[in-house]
Amino acid sequence: MHKNKSNNELESQLDAVSIALKKSIKNLDSYTHVRGESLYVDDVNIRQGTFHAVVFDSPKAHGKIKSVDYSKAEALEGVERIFTYKDIPGKNQIGGIIPDEPLFAEDEVHFWGMPIALIVAETEFIARKARDLIEIEIEELPVITTGKQAKEKGSLITKPRSFVLGDPEKAFKDCEYVFEGETFSNGQEHLYIEAQGAYAEPLENGTIKITSSTQGPTAVQRTTAQVLGVAMHKIEVDVTRLGGGFGGKEDQATPWAVMAALATYHLNQSVKLILNRHDDLRMTGKRHPYESTYKIGLSKDLKILAYEAEFLQNAGAAADLSPAVAERTLFHATNSYYVPNVNVTVASCKTNLPPNTAFRGFGGPQGMFVIESAIAKAAHDIGVTPRAIQEANLLDENDVFSYGQIAKKVEAKNSWESVKSIYNIEAIEREVEEFNNSNSAYKKGMALMPICFGISFTNTPMNHARALVHIYLDGSVGISTAAVEMGQGVNTKMMQIAANVFSVPYEKIKIETTNTTRVANTSPSAASSTADLNGKATLKACNALLKRLKTVAATYLKVTPEQITLKDEFVYIKAKKTQLEWTQLISMAMLERVALTENAHYATPEIHFDKTREKGHPFAYHVYGTAIITTTVDCTRGTYKFDSVKIVHDYGKSMSKGIDLGQVEGALVQGIGWMTMEEIAYNDEGKLLSNALSTYKIPDIFSVPKIVETVPLETKGHELAILKSKAVGEPPLMYGIGAYFAIQNAIKAFNPNYDLKFHAPITPEKVLMGLYEKNNI
Amino acid sequence: MITFILNNKTIKTSAHSGMTLLDFVRYEQRLTGTKIGCREGDCGACTVLVRTLENDTITYQSITSCISPLGNAHGKHIVTVEGTNLKNKLTTAQEAMKANYATQCGFCTPGFVVALTGFAISNSDKNYSKALDAISGNICRCTGYKSIEKAACQVVEKLENQEKNSFKWLIENGFIPEYFEGIPQRLKEIEADDLDQPKGKYVAGGTDLYVQQADNLIDNSVHLIQEKNFLKGIEINNGICNIGANSTVTDLWNHTELNSYFPNLKKHLKLVSSEQIRNMASFGGNLVNASPIGDMTIFFLALNSKITIINPAGKERQLPLKEFYQDYKTYDLKDGELIKTISFKLPTKDSYFNFEKVCKRTHLDIASVNSAINISLENEKIQEAHVSIGGVAAIPKYLHKTSAFLNGKSLTSEIIMEAGDILQNEISPISDVRGSSDYKRLLGRQLFFAHFTELFPKQFNLNDFVQHA
Repeated sequence: MHKNKSNNELESQLDAVSIALKKSIKNLDSYTHVRGESLYVDDVNIRQGTFHAVVFDSPKAHGKIKSVDYSKAEALEGVERIFTYKDIPGKNQIGGIIPDEPLFAEDEVHFWGMPIALIVAETEFIARKARDLIEIEIEELPVITTGKQAKEKGSLITKPRSFVLGDPEKAFKDCEYVFEGETFSNGQEHLYIEAQGAYAEPLENGTIKITSSTQGPTAVQRTTAQVLGVAMHKIEVDVTRLGGGFGGKEDQATPWAVMAALATYHLNQSVKLILNRHDDLRMTGKRHPYESTYKIGLSKDLKILAYEAEFLQNAGAAADLSPAVAERTLFHATNSYYVPNVNVTVASCKTNLPPNTAFRGFGGPQGMFVIESAIAKAAHDIGVTPRAIQEANLLDENDVFSYGQIAKKVEAKNSWESVKSIYNIEAIEREVEEFNNSNSAYKKGMALMPICFGISFTNTPMNHARALVHIYLDGSVGISTAAVEMGQGVNTKMMQIAANVFSVPYEKIKIETTNTTRVANTSPSAASSTADLNGKATLKACNALLKRLKTVAATYLKVTPEQITLKDEFVYIKAKKTQLEWTQLISMAMLERVALTENAHYATPEIHFDKTREKGHPFAYHVYGTAIITTTVDCTRGTYKFDSVKIVHDYGKSMSKGIDLGQVEGALVQGIGWMTMEEIAYNDEGKLLSNALSTYKIPDIFSVPKIVETVPLETKGHELAILKSKAVGEPPLMYGIGAYFAIQNAIKAFNPNYDLKFHAPITPEKVLMGLYEKNNI
Repeated sequence: MITFILNNKTIKTSAHSGMTLLDFVRYEQRLTGTKIGCREGDCGACTVLVRTLENDTITYQSITSCISPLGNAHGKHIVTVEGTNLKNKLTTAQEAMKANYATQCGFCTPGFVVALTGFAISNSDKNYSKALDAISGNICRCTGYKSIEKAACQVVEKLENQEKNSFKWLIENGFIPEYFEGIPQRLKEIEADDLDQPKGKYVAGGTDLYVQQADNLIDNSVHLIQEKNFLKGIEINNGICNIGANSTVTDLWNHTELNSYFPNLKKHLKLVSSEQIRNMASFGGNLVNASPIGDMTIFFLALNSKITIINPAGKERQLPLKEFYQDYKTYDLKDGELIKTISFKLPTKDSYFNFEKVCKRTHLDIASVNSAINISLENEKIQEAHVSIGGVAAIPKYLHKTSAFLNGKSLTSEIIMEAGDILQNEISPISDVRGSSDYKRLLGRQLFFAHFTELFPKQFNLNDFVQHA
């Protein structure tokens, strides 16, 4: 009976999803995307005489530069000039949070791939040939590649930070069970398919225009001005779109843009710098690897009473965004569980890897992996399912997070119970068990993964945005915001907002490039907040314009503005259509000399955080959801496939269902990749071994789960989300963490002697070694 | 002059034949829809279609333009995403991508569109599984592929009523623009004389050389040999199969007769690179690449293949493939010599062939270990066995001792396990980015067992070889 009921429920839910998808708005850029007509930085028309640049970087991870001989490279025909730190008119400094990162190395190199010089030549090919002719002598210094080594040597970026709630020390004494352990999660390469790059061109009067593939135009502008020693208004940064970002172009799109601008500054000529894939992989930072230890204490009825963890974040050779990433690890250290006694500490460890940086989830996934590992370990040793522990500890309304925010509009249990009932979790568990009982060469494993992710920049001052909206005199609309389109569909959402307010068709609205001269002093497009912040600003600007237009219409129609509405390009008095059209109304407003441009500013209300106490209310709201992941492991070969991922996700009231589903699926697969096949490898000398697409593998079409079903959670949404449509960029990535535990459960089903390990990614190598460990044949 | 048709335009260019096709279309022709993702044939963002004159049927193939020399376009029709565009409306493949939200950042999208269009105008079966094969060489970092799967499904549905090999039908149904209909005639008419081939590095498909040493090829002389007729063709005579060294993996894939001899051929070849690369990569190239992990080398070693080598004077010599490799990346080939053919005895009803490969990612990846076996039985006894294994030695390894041991033995789990021990003594894996030496040893053992559980599922299962709960 129960099964039938839930099957019906599932079918109707999935039908609803599929109908919604047919009706939902398509990505505004799809037309040009599919025709190959969308423009990326490498596609812009370059001016005659443009030079091309290649970066010369350190061939050692740590050392003193004894000498560099550029003479042969400079002598190569077609080489225009080679720039080093000596050519920097301003500061040789690009660090965003902490000024600890030179644009070009001076006397020392701190990571393999650290930029030393920029070779500018007639063609990229000549510049690359010149690079091979540079001779460098480096006196090598000891290399640190792991967080542990750094900690032992006291090599830290900043002082460690801790979030404390309750009294864990005391609470551990009251625990029936206490477990301790270690975990490791590796880095992850962003692998935006469009590599980093920028194009700089000189305008008049010392102004330089930079077309950049960046998530943070203001960061590029500010840093360029600082390095060139010019005022910010001399630097214009323009972004049409990115061929993928994922955090990798939040801070680390900057150096290439600055270098191109530096060359332009000196040569008074356009310069294009697009990294080739190998250079990009070698020179840029990745998701932070974490080495962590945990201690978890539970009561007899499986309540987590106390949790301690120490996270060693491998920050690489400079701060970049590491302190902020580390902070978010603490915010999400207890995932979607309520733990009354918490003490979690994170240390950003300075090593000789490229500076690691933002990557979708921003430290959150690393924190969540540890508590899920602790739960898996506890469940195994107590002899219960991890599900029993997860379920006993889900957040409730008004529970307090370790950072002091009181949980409101909590959907943790709602999503958990929904996924269980819609997908009949008992039936899935039974199927897995039956399969394992009747198969020896293949084993299935299953895991549940709940998520809870806070929305806002954790650095409160960054939570603001602006929108500049023009209504042109023919009634068409142009919108500029700080939002950078990188595939997440934010432009489409901005267009929807304006179309909705003005009640005009989408064709009447254009989303302009993101440009620092139109919208200034912006936060990067990051933290899943881009649509919320820029959307709210757009809404505000559109509403202000609407108010003016209503007054014009009301005066003309001799009614009050409150009686006026706009619908489908006509003016209505209450529910009654008039003959006054949108375009006429705009002409009328022009004649009345009413401003048809509005610039609105939005700053998230309510949020605050006190870093001295590590307490506050940093997030506008949280996003919740739960996934069930099922895998089949080939016990002969150690390979695995994912049978299905079934998700109940908290979209709030999704304003763009197709786009949001795309974010869920894309993030999920990226998360699974991080947990399974994507393996970053550096050798002890700090050289990147996974330095090409042939050695670093991201999911392909055959490796994704056979079935991915996502059902929206029924909720009321949240006022601080744009149109109650919750942020969706990052949270679903963490569903992928379940992949690790599903595979591990399958290994356990094959090899009862297997010792649980928490060392991600769980590659086919680790699986095979696990299947056969302690089995001597 | 290199002469070819690019989309709807006839090109005559004196550009260097070793320049990549990608750079030519992007920077010489400003067709920027073809994207640069990796320049290694690993992401598919630069996928274009190519059609040769030879065949009168509709046979467009997808290739990655980043590792394809411009000279190989000579006399052909090359199609970029711009060449598929219709005026003011989307093609069927484009519409399917749009309707299913299969494009996010859009950077990989043209590659998918071109590959799906190539699928529509190829002569492969029009089913969902073939559609996925067609886009298997395209990497997307945004979507998680589920939406792209739906788009592929929509394309397949539209193709179900296709009239075979009808340009007209494809044009009427919005798959391709009208000018395609005139292409076969135009290809015949363009004056694509034999290209002057300067002395220099031999390049066939280019799929390996352009990954390893593109900078040396794009401005040095290359000697293109892809179109040399004497290196082409797959022939079967008196139970012997002769494969021209310039044949591609796709040629093998499409060979009806060979598929009947090797019923699992497509399943095995699917593990070998992506469709784009299978369309380009030559067997000769795979052999002289001499990678210890080369899939097709391992394949041919287990077939106990012989190779024929030809020198510039036209003189030929023959040797067993297993004697070709001497040490890491060194082999028995003199300056100016080319591998001409690979030949092997076809399987009989008593012989069994299997190929195994494990890597981080099952498809479109380089193996950690791969292995092949060819075994013939008579009255439950092994008459002849040839086993090869890659990734565990400096050369692609023919397992002389293991193979010899199996000859004449009964097919029992004890014998197989004993052979497995001999195999362990024959290999010497090292730890590298593809795995630790311990892992490769264990994997070598497992894949060896897998040959027998795959080939004789009624006789053996995993339990016969390994101990577990």
